[in-house]
Amino acid sequence: MAASSFEWPWEYNFPPFFTLQPNLDTREKQLQSWCSLILSYQKHIKSHTLDVVEMQTSSLFYNKSIERKLSLESIYLILDRLEKKGHIEWLDKSKKQCYLMWRTPQEWGNTIYKWAKEAGLVNTVCTFYELTDGDDTAGQEFHGLEPDLLVKALKVLESQGKAEIIEMDESRGVKFF
Amino acid sequence: MDRLEWSDGNLFPNESTSIQQIGVRIYDGEDKTPFDNGSLLLTSHRLIWKDAKDQTCVLSLPLSLIVFVEEQAGGFSKSPKILAHLSAPMPGKQPGPATSSKNHYIRFSFTQGGMTEFYRCLADELAHRRWEHIPLTSHQPASQKRHVRAAGIVGIERNIQQKHKETDQNISVAFEDLNKLIAKAKDMVTLAKGISSKIKEKQGDITEDETIRLQSYLLSLGVDDPVTRETHGSGQSYYRELAKQIGSMLEQPLRESGGIMTLTDVYCRVNRARGMELLSPEDLISACKLLEVLKLPVRLKSFDSGVQVLQLQSHSEEESIEKTAKLVEENGSLTAEELSTMAGLSVILAKERLLLTEKSGGVCRDESVEGLRFYPNQFLTRKDLYFQLGRTL
Repeated sequence: MAASSFEWPWEYNFPPFFTLQPNLDTREKQLQSWCSLILSYQKHIKSHTLDVVEMQTSSLFYNKSIERKLSLESIYLILDRLEKKGHIEWLDKSKKQCYLMWRTPQEWGNTIYKWAKEAGLVNTVCTFYELTDGDDTAGQEFHGLEPDLLVKALKVLESQGKAEIIEMDESRGVKFF
Repeated sequence: MDRLEWSDGNLFPNESTSIQQIGVRIYDGEDKTPFDNGSLLLTSHRLIWKDAKDQTCVLSLPLSLIVFVEEQAGGFSKSPKILAHLSAPMPGKQPGPATSSKNHYIRFSFTQGGMTEFYRCLADELAHRRWEHIPLTSHQPASQKRHVRAAGIVGIERNIQQKHKETDQNISVAFEDLNKLIAKAKDMVTLAKGISSKIKEKQGDITEDETIRLQSYLLSLGVDDPVTRETHGSGQSYYRELAKQIGSMLEQPLRESGGIMTLTDVYCRVNRARGMELLSPEDLISACKLLEVLKLPVRLKSFDSGVQVLQLQSHSEEESIEKTAKLVEENGSLTAEELSTMAGLSVILAKERLLLTEKSGGVCRDESVEGLRFYPNQFLTRKDLYFQLGRTL
């Protein structure tokens, strides 16, 4: 559905893009482009999970107009790279499905922390609801963020000593430092 | 056409004539031949064609070779013809106007009529097979040998046996020629050596130019003094001499073929030049490995794929990479085959060139069901790669 309106980059119509390049310099650029493309595409179709077998035949990895398909081996190579960067968490050991975050928890954490500082919320407590659904955050990118991802982002901040997650009666909140 | 023999036009004592017709032209299958106007004589044993102008130009065809004949009626502008299907030529055949022909039939065109009558007599002779009963005098070819009547399985077996025997004979005849060639080749080498030494002695009489030219002719025939194990012993000194010889011999050919040649081509060229004293592949490689040690202008190089080549030391890899990348750029994309026809290289070398260019980042590959294709490396040349666009997610 939404895939049709996605604006494909020039690489997508360049046949060598679908062949893993043996030259390492070339491969580096190729893989970087693939990483960006996957994240953009996932964001475009608003998907947070990725099923490898299913995606193999999706237009992301299979360009029908030039009849080129990315091999499974190459797909895993790219996903591994995304995992190392923190964009992916595998949901099963056999690596069939993964949780895909087009922005990493670290990046979300930074965005949220920056906002909190600017809004003068340091040393005050905000509920999770306030962050993702409150009026104050209406214009923010993390408005409407998935609860799971929000927790991951805040946990990163917690580990850096920038915030603390607080359990309250019915909901959870966070205190920024 | 290759079944026809030159003849003196005389009949044998026990050969009797049947019918003769003038204005006959011979076709080799569907093709015209120079024998376009003559008289055709039918005898009990042969068809004899005599040129109308040149009475010494006489061809004969044993009737035993005719499998069967057909009539071809004439038309508005076509003369009536007799088509004779022929069996394979017999060994020991007398020389004729052609040594080989793709056609297994010839046609006689009757430009001045008489075809019907001639055809009737010919069919008659073929039916009676008189040549089987009255052998011609002894010097006639073996084809006149009595045919063994063959019937049933025994007949077929006998036929096969006979064919085997013929093949055997053909093979031994062929190898006889080869033996002669080998014997003569040695003489030729000695002769060539003799000539070159004489030239050296009498240099005053012949101009420098001519000497050089003759020597180059001799060289193109082969190496006048090949390095052999007999003359140079075994081991390193043998290989060293061999390497020197290969180096000097191939410098020019290498220059002509773009500075690079696969080892297989080298092997063929070296052995063709050596003529008699053939090199083994191992010896060639051992010698080629010494090219660099001896600081010769020709070097052995192994590509990553394992393909080995000799190349001139002056041959610049950068230059050929640059050239290849440019060709790919100009054509949008190239396969090894396309590059090979474009640059006049063998496909193997073309592929090596593309791989080398890929290694240096000049091109990138597209592997699909259609094969391996190389494209200009836009990953490295373009600055608007997707991850470089700075989109925010």
